[in-house]
Amino acid sequence: MAKIWIRQAVLRALDDAMTDDPSVIVMGEDIAAAGGPFKVTEGLLATHGPERVIDTPISEMAFMGAAVGAAVCGLKPVVEMMFIEFIGVALDQLTTQAATMRYLSRGRLTTPLVVRASAGAGQGFGCQHSQMLDHWFRGTPGLKVAVTSNARTTYGLLRSAIEDPDPVVVLEPRVLYAEREEYEFDRNYRIPLGQAEIARPGSDVTLVTCGAMRRVALAAAETSHANIEVVDLLTLWPWDRRTVAESVVRTGRLVTLEEAPAGSGWGGDVVSSIAIEAFGRLKAPPHRITLPEAPVPYSGALEARFLPSPAYVAEQIATLVSTNKPPLPWWRNAA
Amino acid sequence: MTLSNSNVPIVRREALKNRLEQLTRMVEIRAVEERIQKLFAEGHVRGSTHLASGQEAVSVGIARSIDPDDIVTCTYRGHGHALALGVSPTAVIGEICGRVIGCAGGLGGSMHLVEPEVGLLPTAAIVGAGLPIACGAAMAARARGKDRIAVSIFGDGSANIGAFHESLNFAAIRKLPVVFVCENNLYGEYTRIQLSTPVEDIAIRAASYNMPGVVADGQDVDKVAEAMATAVARARRGGGPTLIEMKTYRYSGHSRSDPATYRPAGELDAWLKRDPIDILAERLAGEKILAPGGLDQLKADISDAVERATMEVLDSPAPDLGEILSHVGAHSAGGDQRWNFWSK
Repeated sequence: MAKIWIRQAVLRALDDAMTDDPSVIVMGEDIAAAGGPFKVTEGLLATHGPERVIDTPISEMAFMGAAVGAAVCGLKPVVEMMFIEFIGVALDQLTTQAATMRYLSRGRLTTPLVVRASAGAGQGFGCQHSQMLDHWFRGTPGLKVAVTSNARTTYGLLRSAIEDPDPVVVLEPRVLYAEREEYEFDRNYRIPLGQAEIARPGSDVTLVTCGAMRRVALAAAETSHANIEVVDLLTLWPWDRRTVAESVVRTGRLVTLEEAPAGSGWGGDVVSSIAIEAFGRLKAPPHRITLPEAPVPYSGALEARFLPSPAYVAEQIATLVSTNKPPLPWWRNAA
Repeated sequence: MTLSNSNVPIVRREALKNRLEQLTRMVEIRAVEERIQKLFAEGHVRGSTHLASGQEAVSVGIARSIDPDDIVTCTYRGHGHALALGVSPTAVIGEICGRVIGCAGGLGGSMHLVEPEVGLLPTAAIVGAGLPIACGAAMAARARGKDRIAVSIFGDGSANIGAFHESLNFAAIRKLPVVFVCENNLYGEYTRIQLSTPVEDIAIRAASYNMPGVVADGQDVDKVAEAMATAVARARRGGGPTLIEMKTYRYSGHSRSDPATYRPAGELDAWLKRDPIDILAERLAGEKILAPGGLDQLKADISDAVERATMEVLDSPAPDLGEILSHVGAHSAGGDQRWNFWSK
């Protein structure tokens, strides 16, 4: 099997989607002539031409909104937000305009568009270029949110997102772009939105995660004495209640591993839903492993502590499983 | 009476080619706005509403200058535009009263009128939201190889929001077939334009984006149409976007809770002397299209028609409760009935 860069999975998904469907266009800053700041659109301009691979001014409001109008009128725009924070200046077009177009027209006007963005921490980009921000979109009726976690899920989720009849946000952990992985492309491969996957089966505890934290969860599971079942949510909205609930019924314990502060993390919804649905099956209180309520630090020493490591996750789970009581997070232990 | 009797949007739109119908439609817009105000007082309208009495010439001047399959985006002060483009009084009043016969089935309300059949995307409740969307519609038109254009109608308040500047720049860079129409009615919500905007003519901002900037008399429907014709022709032949500023006036306050006490004494009276309906009626009388006393008769007839539409609305049902969960996504009740803008 060939080893590829994960960023190549993005490029391949875009390229194949554009070849399969002439209504797909790609828009964003520096994505055409320069091939994209993360090289995920390299070569698309030469293959598909300047009317379909479009460099935009640094005007997120304009091109996000143009994607909405183009989608309503029959194109399938894929918009790149270089860093997910950039959508802050254009949020209206996605969460207020795109998300309500179908509703306000009673199904006559729809916005099949994709916003894809690099997201997340781990590379020293500092507090304004390192957030996940999925909570800005999650729970907005009319939007879907997916997070990629390796080459296969990147390809499978992006192809599904581009084919979806409604607006989808796809967050791509930037830290993964330059990772290499064995993966054989299959242009028919899709991951249906709303479907989670069990990344590793286990019997003692269900560890629900997504994105770059999938790797952390899997590494923690390798070293842990507890037998950890890792569930990768893949789609954060709407999320796969059934897969998570069935896993928790098997293991009796629920832990979330989130790259977000607890106040905005998706785990709040997952934990409360599962606690309600499977209360009698829980052997221990549900537990959430999150980031502290603070901006992402720049310094490498701080960022390494800030993000959950495999050792920290394993230790938290060991405490939960041995005591059936939720452990404190590191920042409260230190205080 | 004229073709306004039809409730079919495309028929109403085509009827605007007729001179008398243009006047009739302006009278209708005024009558509908006045009836909506009354419906508020009678407790039939929820939330807020934004009337545009005084700006009828802009609505009709635009609608008669573009094709029914051109795309239009518009703000929440959009009752008049919807009526001019072809949406029927029943569908407009019905929407504002939250009834199932409303153009959005009662899901949207006053700020969200829509009719794809005549190119009207849902009017937006966010200032400036329609400008970038019009750019995208224009991109789609070009991608489909059609000579359709997009028109974005917005107020002077929008000229100070980022979306205005970003969209003009974006459209100019890509030479998109868009006509940006700014209705300058002198007030952004409750605030006089001089307090928010350092230029007298918003049209001069077009220079920054290397496109024509045109000032037009928004009280004269023929002047509106004249300015539109040049911009529309330029857009259709691939010449790129134009910014047109229509000088006009809003007779009422910003919304229903605004008595507009901030206006200087005499300002409203001065504008009433240049009422767009009177200006066109006088011209049509001169052209022998309107008989002497014809305007009063027209107003009475339209008032009756609007009253009948209002009664039809008030006798009609609220949406079914199942509509609450409809049309959120493709998976929801209601499903896809996607409008194809390019079938022609």
